Amino acid sequence: MKPPESLGSQTTLAPLADYNSTVLKQTDLIKSSDRSAGRAVRNASPLLRIVKYVLYDILQNRMIIGYTLFLLAMSFGLFNLSGDPTKGLASLLNIVLIVTPLVSIVFATIHFYNASEFIELLAAQPIRRSVIIWSEFLGLAVALMLAVLVGIGLPVALFAANGTGLSLVVVAAGLSVVFVSIALLASVITRDKAKGIGVALLLWFYFSLLYDALVLFLMFALADYPLEKAMLAFVSLNPIDLARVVVLLQMDISALMGYTGALFREFLGTNLGIVFAVAVLLLWAVLPMLWAVRVFRKKDL
Amino acid sequence: MIESTALSKSFGKLIALDHVSVCMNAGQAISLVGPNGSGKTTFLKCLLGLVIPDSGELTLNGRPVLQGWDYRRYIGYMPQIGRYPDNMRVGQLFDMVREIRRDTFNRLDDDLMRAYEVDKFAHKTMRTLSGGTRQKVSACLAFLFDPQVLILDEPTAGLDPLASEILKEKVLAEKEKGKLVLVTSHILSDLDELTTDVMYIIDGKIKLFQPIEQLKIQTGESKLNRAIAQIMKQTTVA
Repeated sequence: MKPPESLGSQTTLAPLADYNSTVLKQTDLIKSSDRSAGRAVRNASPLLRIVKYVLYDILQNRMIIGYTLFLLAMSFGLFNLSGDPTKGLASLLNIVLIVTPLVSIVFATIHFYNASEFIELLAAQPIRRSVIIWSEFLGLAVALMLAVLVGIGLPVALFAANGTGLSLVVVAAGLSVVFVSIALLASVITRDKAKGIGVALLLWFYFSLLYDALVLFLMFALADYPLEKAMLAFVSLNPIDLARVVVLLQMDISALMGYTGALFREFLGTNLGIVFAVAVLLLWAVLPMLWAVRVFRKKDL
Repeated sequence: MIESTALSKSFGKLIALDHVSVCMNAGQAISLVGPNGSGKTTFLKCLLGLVIPDSGELTLNGRPVLQGWDYRRYIGYMPQIGRYPDNMRVGQLFDMVREIRRDTFNRLDDDLMRAYEVDKFAHKTMRTLSGGTRQKVSACLAFLFDPQVLILDEPTAGLDPLASEILKEKVLAEKEKGKLVLVTSHILSDLDELTTDVMYIIDGKIKLFQPIEQLKIQTGESKLNRAIAQIMKQTTVA
């Protein structure tokens, strides 16, 4: 059998040739702008080039739109139900601390497994493995933070535009990033999708319920000892608890938390305390991710 | 061009590559032959850095490439099963890869894109493509950046006869240009036409690696499939 046309003939299919020459011109343009933009941008650019496509893929997902709408409906509903914006914020806080970590960790895990084809395609290209996983992380983090900013930020800005409201939105966005980071670590370590989602759910369960139960148990067991300072450490070891304490302190109801609350107030209520809390949350976002990058660089795809 | 020294990889108890040492040069077109699960794909994936070997060395043009990434600019890869993001359109996929590799290639080679008339289905999403069309996309991507090394894993599986002939013509043309071509296939008649050398892998070891002509003379067969069948019989008896 003979092929229909000899390869590389110049005569056929002019439109595509035109298309290609325009693309080439475009890349030339980008290249020249690159040169002027300096080296820092150039080094970052492979990451940004990929983040663009990751983000595009995620924002097309119906789940992320549904999540945003759900947050919007819930926030508006709670503010309208309670009438008093402070009460509204308090109830919103409780739900946000459960919902944002759960959705973030599950969504990120599912997305990462579904993107395995995309990741394999990228891994065969001349780019670093670390660039691939960081762009997945950035894409997920940006998408989930956008959902929080629209879904919670908008209603809060309308009903409770104060420091407490701001801290709630910041904490919700921060928790989203932290749990994307934890999700990527879990999915890089486990090969199987079902197992990965299971691990993600377990981790969420641990951080939002089990951990508190363990700390309570410890407090009862060691009730005779002064545990107030240790409580500060315990709180830092769980991003959700840390987030809760930070927002509660803004609400001026820490008196309800007894002596430990007073200690928290004394430390976390100050500017230095806020800086500490933000730094610990950042660590929670970065450390699992660094670990995930390490594992991913040696992973067989 | 590509040299591996004592390359080993195991998945749990399964030994996929067992101290593979081999030197492959530009202008060679090599068939990788062997039973299913013998380590062919693992070997190719090690070359690409998709699978990280447990031990051993790997160099391309004399430079070590394990743990590196930049060397992949010299490689075009057509996977066994091309899996792509479902929601991505064909045109977008090409744009993206072109954008990722934009600083790393000298020349775009769109011969295959023209021959397969990719612009006619450029607006379709990857999900809606048939297996064969997806293979065409994979083939176009492998050849697009005019790489020095072509790694083709079961390239003709799933392609219709016409598309497969076009691909074979292209492979031959690239081989003539002095590129290194690595092909795996179970369709030995295809390999007979395309390749100059044959590498027979079994249980992660290279059983033989020699020019096809030489193998044919040794076994006294005129066709590659018969020559390989003889070798396979010998190895099972031994």
